[in-house]
Amino acid sequence: MEPSDLYGSVGIALFALGIYGATALGQFMRQVLALNVAGTGVFMFLIAIAHRAGTPVPDPVPHAMVLTGIVVAVSATAFILVLIGRLRDLSGSSSAQDDRDD
Amino acid sequence: MIERAIGAPEMALVVAVPLLAACAILLVRRRTAVLGMVASLAIAALAGCLIWRIAQEGPQRMNLGGWSAPLGITLYADGLSGWMLGTTALIALFVSVYGSGYFHRNQPATQFGGTANFFWPLWMFLWAALNALILSADVFNIYVALELLGLSSVALVTLSQAAPAVSAAVRYLLVSLIGSLSYLMGTAFLYAGAGTLGFKELASILHPESFSFAALALMSTGLCMKSALFPLHFWLPPAHENAPAPVSAALSALVVKASFFVMLRLWFSVFDRVVTEEAAMVPGILGAAAVIAGSVQALSAQRLKQLVAYSTVAQVGYLFMVFPLGVLNPSSWTAVGGALYLVSAHACAKAAAFMVAGNVLRAYGHDRIEDLRGVVQQMPVSMFAFAVAGVSLIGLPPSGGFIAKWLLLTAALEGPEWGFAAVIVAGGLLATAYIFRVFSRSFRNVTDLGDFKKIPARMEWSALTLSLCSMLLGLTATHVLEFMQAGTPLIRVAMMEAGP
Repeated sequence: MEPSDLYGSVGIALFALGIYGATALGQFMRQVLALNVAGTGVFMFLIAIAHRAGTPVPDPVPHAMVLTGIVVAVSATAFILVLIGRLRDLSGSSSAQDDRDD
Repeated sequence: MIERAIGAPEMALVVAVPLLAACAILLVRRRTAVLGMVASLAIAALAGCLIWRIAQEGPQRMNLGGWSAPLGITLYADGLSGWMLGTTALIALFVSVYGSGYFHRNQPATQFGGTANFFWPLWMFLWAALNALILSADVFNIYVALELLGLSSVALVTLSQAAPAVSAAVRYLLVSLIGSLSYLMGTAFLYAGAGTLGFKELASILHPESFSFAALALMSTGLCMKSALFPLHFWLPPAHENAPAPVSAALSALVVKASFFVMLRLWFSVFDRVVTEEAAMVPGILGAAAVIAGSVQALSAQRLKQLVAYSTVAQVGYLFMVFPLGVLNPSSWTAVGGALYLVSAHACAKAAAFMVAGNVLRAYGHDRIEDLRGVVQQMPVSMFAFAVAGVSLIGLPPSGGFIAKWLLLTAALEGPEWGFAAVIVAGGLLATAYIFRVFSRSFRNVTDLGDFKKIPARMEWSALTLSLCSMLLGLTATHVLEFMQAGTPLIRVAMMEAGP
């Protein structure tokens, strides 16, 4: 088993764990953290597949995808944190359960 | 017809102009509505030019900045993209007109403190994201466009600044991000297995293998979440209900369709040889369930905006029936044509319905269906628009909704899956029930009319125009179906290869 296979598998595991957390956890903050774990998993998988057997030069395309993904993840996380903060100011709670209206 | 390698300049401009307009409006901060309207007219004109070019010269392809794939970005436009681009431009233009009245400075500002100014830049970002998504020719660009679309949609939902809107926005953003990550993981699987991201290249490489099944499942799950396919629809009604009316109109009419459009591209061109009949049944059955569940919830809705939002859940269900109907019957364009027709007919009708709901809310300060007595007396134009939109939502002739459902019904009856035909008919009956619930209240004459604030005329007329467009669509079906098939190479690859 090559190291890149190991990294790839761990990436998939982190992604699955993060998606599970983002859907199963009850609080917005925890869901955001879980989403970031899932995102890290995807990035790790992408970095692992950039490895090309027999050459020391990695494939640049997955790297470009990871860079774009990081930019998106940072801005989305910042935005959702601001929204959660605003929601706490407005309703005094950031839990997803307290204001579920259906 | 051959593809031109240089590509039409409109392709780049139709994405660049709204992006630049958004930045310009953010910087200038004054006369935002005027700038927004000028930009909207320019973008719609560019989209019109591009559609004309597709109709005349066939599909267009363009490498941005002269960089070719895999490191460059390629844009591609065929009949399918042209149809989506045109629908987007039409709806977006009237959303802009409506928005200029809704966010006008003479309107009660209490609800939108200083945020009205942010409508225009965010709206331009949304439009740019839609156009970029429609013209993307590779799966990773689609991811970027989806994220831009999600972020701008959520930001627009929060414009009203009330707690329910912000809460709905957080849930919407979470779902949207989970969906995008799932899609991105699918993209990574595709690149790991196939070594390319372009639609055209993937379509010729992909075969039924484990990685392509995994990629299709991950990408489709993400896109279904974003399209609010039952049972992943829970985020849509609160978000569309609590957003300002022009935003609800744009979200329901265009944003949920954008991810459906990507699904269509993936299933019928990129993964054409990978999809199986069993796999196609999954979105189809969920779609059928959505038609019933969404319509029943619309029937029990208390408020007009809520009713219109649940109706979107039901109508999205019809769209997803195209997957089993199209895959089971690969030689026929009927199902795909029907779904594309529904995309546009529903977009016009739903945008009009949300605009009317917004007018009622603005004029009376509430939109409780039980208390809508006498609305027809005071807002005849709006309620006429709602009636016309309702005819298209139900699918009565001669509306665009009728043509769309007729095509889907025909496709369902051609194959063995006649169960879908039963759902299409049942959905139409349920839609009749929830549309008439509104009219049974609003047509009741009353002598003591409640508090009524006059609303700008353009808010009523833009709703009416869009609802009439959904009716007009029913009269031009043959030309339109012909145009949609321009540049079919990206659609039905397997079929083309099997043919002569």
